[in-house]
Amino acid sequence: MTSTRANRPLLEVRNLRVEFPTRRGTLVAVDDVSFHIDAGEVLGVVGESGAGKSLTGAAIIGLLEPPGRIAGGEVRLEDKRIDNLSAEHLRRIRGRQIGAVFQDPLTSLDPLFTVGQQLVETIMTHLDLSEAQARSRAIELLREVGIPGAERRIDHYPHQFSGGMRQRVVIALALCAQPRLIIADEPTTALDVSIQAQIITLLKRLCREHGAAVMLVTHDMGVIAETADRVAVMYAGRIAEIGPVGEVIRKPRHPYTIGLMGSIPKLDRAVARLVQIEGAMPRLTAIPTGCAFNPRCPKVFERCRHERPDLMPVETNHAACWLHAPTLTEATRG
Amino acid sequence: MIAYIIQRLLQSVLVMAAVGFVAFSLFAYVGDPITIMLGQDYNETERARLAAQLGLDRPFYVQFANFVANAVQGDFGISYRLARPVNAVIRERLPATLELSLIAAFLALAVGVPMGVYTGLKRDSWLSRFFLTVSLIGVSLPTFLIGILLILVFAVILGWLPSFGRGETVQLGWWTTGFFTKSGLKALILPSITLCLFQLTLIMRLVRSEMLEVLRTDYIKFARARGLRDRAVHFRHALRNTLVPVITIAGLQLGAIIAFAIITETVFQWPGMGLLFIQSVSATDIPVMAAYLCLISFVFVVINFVVDLLYYAVDPRLRVDRGAVGGHG
Ligand SMILES: Nc1ncnc2c1ncn2[C@@H]1O[C@H](COP(=O)(O)OP(=O)(O)OP(=O)(O)O)[C@@H](O)[C@H]1O
Ligand code: SF4
Ligand SMILES: [Mg+2]
Repeated sequence: MTSTRANRPLLEVRNLRVEFPTRRGTLVAVDDVSFHIDAGEVLGVVGESGAGKSLTGAAIIGLLEPPGRIAGGEVRLEDKRIDNLSAEHLRRIRGRQIGAVFQDPLTSLDPLFTVGQQLVETIMTHLDLSEAQARSRAIELLREVGIPGAERRIDHYPHQFSGGMRQRVVIALALCAQPRLIIADEPTTALDVSIQAQIITLLKRLCREHGAAVMLVTHDMGVIAETADRVAVMYAGRIAEIGPVGEVIRKPRHPYTIGLMGSIPKLDRAVARLVQIEGAMPRLTAIPTGCAFNPRCPKVFERCRHERPDLMPVETNHAACWLHAPTLTEATRG
Repeated sequence: MIAYIIQRLLQSVLVMAAVGFVAFSLFAYVGDPITIMLGQDYNETERARLAAQLGLDRPFYVQFANFVANAVQGDFGISYRLARPVNAVIRERLPATLELSLIAAFLALAVGVPMGVYTGLKRDSWLSRFFLTVSLIGVSLPTFLIGILLILVFAVILGWLPSFGRGETVQLGWWTTGFFTKSGLKALILPSITLCLFQLTLIMRLVRSEMLEVLRTDYIKFARARGLRDRAVHFRHALRNTLVPVITIAGLQLGAIIAFAIITETVFQWPGMGLLFIQSVSATDIPVMAAYLCLISFVFVVINFVVDLLYYAVDPRLRVDRGAVGGHG
């Protein structure tokens, strides 16, 4: 689907598969996931807990924790494969070309070092700057992320900042070597509700200003609606549906997405959490054959129990659902 | 900071007072000093004269106050067994124990910490497994057995190293040292290895488990996500965080080394305070026992105090200046 583009996407993930070898067999936590992110674009990623969102992000930056491993597929950054690079090569990409923001700002920073030391070491690892230059860049970044009194605060330790302020520092760290892509894994989930919007707005503004694309993992459909350009819905390690954000929210094609959107009548309803659909997502050890959603799907039919649907184009979206198979569409719909 | 130090000092004084009381109680409850000093044959006048001379006829609290006042000045009276001032006897023995303990503590840290870091970082390498297996032996074998085995191999069978004593020593003022003679250094090898082995394995295992713990934290994952080099992630961030809890234990272990020197000194006939203590126990030489108890406790208290200060220096979270916290959204 991307091969016809004139410009190659910034990030391209093809048929990514992440496995955990265990004593009782291999668990497939991410299965045949393909998507792309264009330069400067914000891709939202939603899905129930355990859908494989974080693992997809970790696989892209080469930080899967053993025994987890990439068992198939490829990850391309500006058309160069990065999933098979040496550890040292990948390290140089992390922070420099792909930045990361984690969920919990209270635990993301090393408590024994000042925020300035952590910024300076990151800047000096990636950019050819003197310590004094790195420090003034660090102060500049702290100012940019909205920390008052940056010249003074740079010498403070993480515990001297509030949660929201710490997440601002984390964002400064993610951006400090001008990466082209930021992977933000639930950047506001651990924060006070009253400051979540500020942080998301800041993240979006800074990424636009720095020309960085964002892969934004969240549970918050409201955030997706306001922030993302496109959205990917994940279910049981696979992408159920992906498409432009307005289309997916207004006209979801996959029965799982329809369920998710069920309780969101209007796009402008600000904070709307993912609704619970009847039943639970299967455990990795017991993923049903055929379509993984079939035990919970109101539209399930015979084919769904035997054959697994891949993403199929449905107008602007792509949905992994047999309802949209070209030949069967008319016969089984409704 | 000042309040913190004062609070720590007060605690130390309380601990020492309690120890002093226990040491003092030895006089009252362990054996009758007059019987010990005069033997079984004495008459009442002799007894009364000696009791008055030793202050035993005065009320309990006066005796305790005297004991504390003297102890603070390092005066623990006369050894029953050697009939010499206790502080002179201790001063003779102190250098031997301190030299042995410091070398053992140095070995335990200098070998234990790197081994712990290595086994924490290279969890699955065969060398790590080897270290861990050997360390199990180190923890489970009793010290005297290790000492005897070392003597058997290196002194008896191979004949490379002496099996007892300090070798030749050099006098530096009142201090005697074995550091400047070949025989003195050779004599240090087996006892210091014996003494350090338990603490070495303990420190190694502690560093390893702390290291594994720290490597799982978010800030280490985030440090990797920032693209820092492994060297920086492991030795700047992980090791430093590992050492915060390790400092406490390592400090206490240093105290334990000095206390455990009793066994090693006995096995190697090392002329230190531990050996002195054992000899004093078998002779019910209470002044020496009391002095030893107070001295060892004092060492523990000082180490604890230093550890608290170090902790304070290493962990910025303890140095909170409250004004800077919160305030901003
Ligand atoms: N070390 C591991 N061993 C086995 N399974 C794992 C391991 N780590 C993660 N998984 C499994 O992989 C699946 C996907 O995990 P992931 O963290 O990507 O979910 P997520 O979509 O980010 O969920 P959440 O919204 O809770 O963050 C989960 O079912 C999880 O149980
Ligand atoms: S493939 Fe079948 S079971 Fe799966 S979502 Fe579509 S209709 Fe439902
Ligand atoms: Mg997650």
